[in-house]
Amino acid sequence: KIKLKCRALPPPPPIDGQNLGTYRTDEGQPWVLPVVKKVEQKIANDASLNHEYLPILGLPEFRANASRIVLGEDSRAIKENRVGGVQCLGGTGGLRIGAEFLRRWYNGTNNTATPVYISSPSWENHNSVFVNAGFKDIRAYRYWDAAKRGLDLEGLLEDMESAPEFSIFVLHACAHNPTGTDPTLEQWKQIAAVMKRRFLFPFFDSAYQGFASGCLDRDAWAVRYFVSEGFELFCAQSFSKNFGLYNERVGNLSVVGKDADNVQRVLSQMEKIVRTIWSNPPSQGARIVATTLTCPQLFAEWKDNVKTMADRVLLMRSELRARLQALGTPGTWNHITEQIGMFSFTGLNPKQVEYMIKEKHIYLMASGRINMCGLTTKNLDYVASSIHEAVTKFQ
Amino acid sequence: MAALSLFLDVPLTREVNWLLDAYQEDPSPDKVYLDHRDCQTEMGKAWVCPTVRQTLLQIASDPTLDHEYLPVLGFPEFTRAATELALGRESRAVIENRAGGVHTVGGTGAVRIGAEFLRHWYNTSSPKQRLFSSSCCHWPCLPRWTESHCVLCSLLCPQRKRLFPFFDIPAQGLASGDLDRDAWALRHFVAQGFELFCAQSFSKTFGLYDERVGNLIVVARDNETLVRIRSQLQKQVMGMWATPASLGARVITTVLNNPALLNKWKQSLRMLAEKIMLIREKLKEKLRILGTPGFWDHLTAQSGTRSFTGLLSSQVAFLEKHKHIYLLGSGQVSVCSINSHNLDYVAQSINEAVSSTEGRAQGLSWAEME
Repeated sequence: KIKLKCRALPPPPPIDGQNLGTYRTDEGQPWVLPVVKKVEQKIANDASLNHEYLPILGLPEFRANASRIVLGEDSRAIKENRVGGVQCLGGTGGLRIGAEFLRRWYNGTNNTATPVYISSPSWENHNSVFVNAGFKDIRAYRYWDAAKRGLDLEGLLEDMESAPEFSIFVLHACAHNPTGTDPTLEQWKQIAAVMKRRFLFPFFDSAYQGFASGCLDRDAWAVRYFVSEGFELFCAQSFSKNFGLYNERVGNLSVVGKDADNVQRVLSQMEKIVRTIWSNPPSQGARIVATTLTCPQLFAEWKDNVKTMADRVLLMRSELRARLQALGTPGTWNHITEQIGMFSFTGLNPKQVEYMIKEKHIYLMASGRINMCGLTTKNLDYVASSIHEAVTKFQ
Repeated sequence: MAALSLFLDVPLTREVNWLLDAYQEDPSPDKVYLDHRDCQTEMGKAWVCPTVRQTLLQIASDPTLDHEYLPVLGFPEFTRAATELALGRESRAVIENRAGGVHTVGGTGAVRIGAEFLRHWYNTSSPKQRLFSSSCCHWPCLPRWTESHCVLCSLLCPQRKRLFPFFDIPAQGLASGDLDRDAWALRHFVAQGFELFCAQSFSKTFGLYDERVGNLIVVARDNETLVRIRSQLQKQVMGMWATPASLGARVITTVLNNPALLNKWKQSLRMLAEKIMLIREKLKEKLRILGTPGFWDHLTAQSGTRSFTGLLSSQVAFLEKHKHIYLLGSGQVSVCSINSHNLDYVAQSINEAVSSTEGRAQGLSWAEME
């Protein structure tokens, strides 16, 4: 009889599901989009470019095209010349400039008491941005229903009905962070109807256009719907994720107003605000985006790159769900594929999360939020079986 | 939907760009703009340090670089190199690990987060007085502080007890052509044991205006205090721009940490500083030859990219109205906006403005400025 000696297996490498909102390839690596590399080379070799300060409101071709991307080619608002853009430092910068403006000029002058509603839960930084801009009354609106692992539409609408008129509502345009749960088209219509009736101000945060579904138009549906319903609104756009340009801080605050004159006055005040925060925005990221959006070939290539990222995430979702269902893991798991974007609220409770981290070296947030980009074809089985263990051990 | 706009009562403001707007709307072929924020070359383009283009190409071709978020407080190699550039590598504060930087969006960003920090956290019990001082290239331009000025000031600060030094160093190396000399005032205060802030900008010294590279230097009593201050600054930054932009800081760090590139950069700074001084001398000489009333020594006693010409607001108005020359009402000009193409016209126009307007001719002697 031959005795086989088995060496003890080394512990598995940690799986980073906590990753703070950046994309990873199937090899677990950061990904510089091929179209971005191409355009960077082009820019570095362009001897005609100088390094003068950009205008305070930013690179004009970036602003115009960024607004066009979210509002659509056929946007009536753009045709009617009642859209403006402010180039900002990422989505955060867009939110901050918008917040600073609203605190100074919306619902009176310097009205710090205007309530600002942020979804419960939301990206942790939303709160800081509005507090630092001077707002004193930040409230939560109901959003995530933990029991049914979906949108608490009833609670959301109730909170909107009872909100004081002219309250500001921060809405996630798509791929809600952290729940990955978006209203359906019908649900958005209901939300818009209440907001219209109650004179509530929509401040969209659009950080994942294209990245969520793989389709730019689909991911911008909510913003466009509100515009078509006649709302004046702000939309803070980030190009960090859909261009993979996280560290060049590319953002645009789109302003939709009743007419050109209103937008012009708003932008003039925003210019004054920008002058005392960063004076002029940085050029590189905006130039890369503008160059890409204005060249049909590069634009097509970019859409393709974005779809690559979105498709990988969608694949990980469907594969994870399939495995959990095959394992017979207690509970329902369709929310994994019904949710969208980078993040998923798995529904794991704190004990289960602790088990995942301590025993299985799979790192997710205490809320049960996981970054789907941390999953790869190589670790799917392991993650699925670990979730299965966690859920069966700790109900 | 409401028929009226939510923004109906928002007033139009033209505060920010009014001078440039007025200049651009002027159809005169002779018009001159004397308020450029960047250093202009003879060709009327913004100056860029020669090493910058080379470094940008290098960065674009580097396959090891990605676009992951920087830390909230920025690129650590950059803040270290930038802080040491200003304070000096042998600075006690650096050696004792009680000086640190926050990578910001330009010098403006550094001033902003420093100011917000002080508003929240600085001394709430007494009347708030701050000493705001430029270390070099004072903006707008008073004569550069001599070393004796700095020493006197540093002696006054503790006596008044509530004066906090917040330095702004927008163009280290462009005043005298020497990096260490231009940082003397700041280093003196640090050596005297002050806790202070210093907003640093690299826009002008690298000609990288559009990539917005700044650093807020914090000098604290000890490392523990520094850590606490930075933790609060981190919170502020998160709510403002989350993390800073990378490219500009990468370029500057590459240059500062590479001896050959560093030398090239220092040389180009010296040349630019000399060019600026030459423009000052030429303008002063032209005014002297023209017999322009008043004294014009201050033009060369001042240093750096800006000058307080001493022109009265009526003389500035004359220049705009009759000569299509645009500068701020304070008489402040950007020295680099003057070049060989417009020097004669500018000098003659100043001469006319001073000779033909009411009031005392406003060229000031150095003694009067003191």
